[in-house]
Amino acid sequence: MLLRRVKSWPFEHQLNGFSEFDRLRRDLSQILTTPVSQVGLDSPAGVYPFLNVTQDQENFYIRSEIPGMTLDELDVSVTGRTMTIAGERRIPSENQEVRYHRREREAGKFRRQFNLPTDVEPDKVEAKYRHGMLMIVLPKAESAKPRKISVNG
Amino acid sequence: MATATQDIQARDKQEVQSSSEQTTPGRVFSPPVDIFENDQTLTIVADMPGVPSDSVSIDLQEDTLTLAGVPSLSVPDNEEVVVQEFNTGKYFRQFKLSEVIDQANIKANLNHGVLRVTLPKVGPAKPRKIQITEN
Repeated sequence: MLLRRVKSWPFEHQLNGFSEFDRLRRDLSQILTTPVSQVGLDSPAGVYPFLNVTQDQENFYIRSEIPGMTLDELDVSVTGRTMTIAGERRIPSENQEVRYHRREREAGKFRRQFNLPTDVEPDKVEAKYRHGMLMIVLPKAESAKPRKISVNG
Repeated sequence: MATATQDIQARDKQEVQSSSEQTTPGRVFSPPVDIFENDQTLTIVADMPGVPSDSVSIDLQEDTLTLAGVPSLSVPDNEEVVVQEFNTGKYFRQFKLSEVIDQANIKANLNHGVLRVTLPKVGPAKPRKIQITEN
């Protein structure tokens, strides 16, 4: 009898309640502190090709690894704030009779869109393709550039 | 390839886990490869985007073929990262070859980040019929 009373002691309920809350808080903080870069890498969308986007005051820079393309197979376009990379990666079949041991490289069509955070100047966008890397430079619109405001005392 | 009209799947780059032999800092990735052979040659095709031809090394020691490459392009420090979906680093991959290779005639070609290494096979692979003459 006494044992039961101890078990149903209100304070113990409270203790359980706290530990439950603690666990929840731990789990939540674990999710919230996962680095953003890691989330991006495991993005469920997984649309080819992957993009790295950087910026300075003047431009956005988009870099992407798309090896083995020719320029006419790559299509880059900008409409408003949306940039699109599309194309088809072909892996030509070997002409002689060969036996394959490994086939890890992938061929196929792709189309990737990216929404830019600010307006850009679509007429001044430049794209370069070198060593299998696509690099796109998108100049920011005048309205989107940071403005220095002089303070008069 | 017959599958050319399918959509390409995005895959994370394979990072080399055991990098004990690396002496310089930085990440190391294993490039995806196609390997095929016919009677005369063994061919390895590897995707190494960002690597210029003077930064590729192909080395055959005994039966171990080593492919390595260092990308030339890096992001300037003044650029601020908005989105990062892939990492860049060196490429490194080794293969054990079961065939004897004519080392002097290995050919390599790098085209838009795709390395193609052609390794001619040597050896008494083809049986030769020997004519026996009388007297």
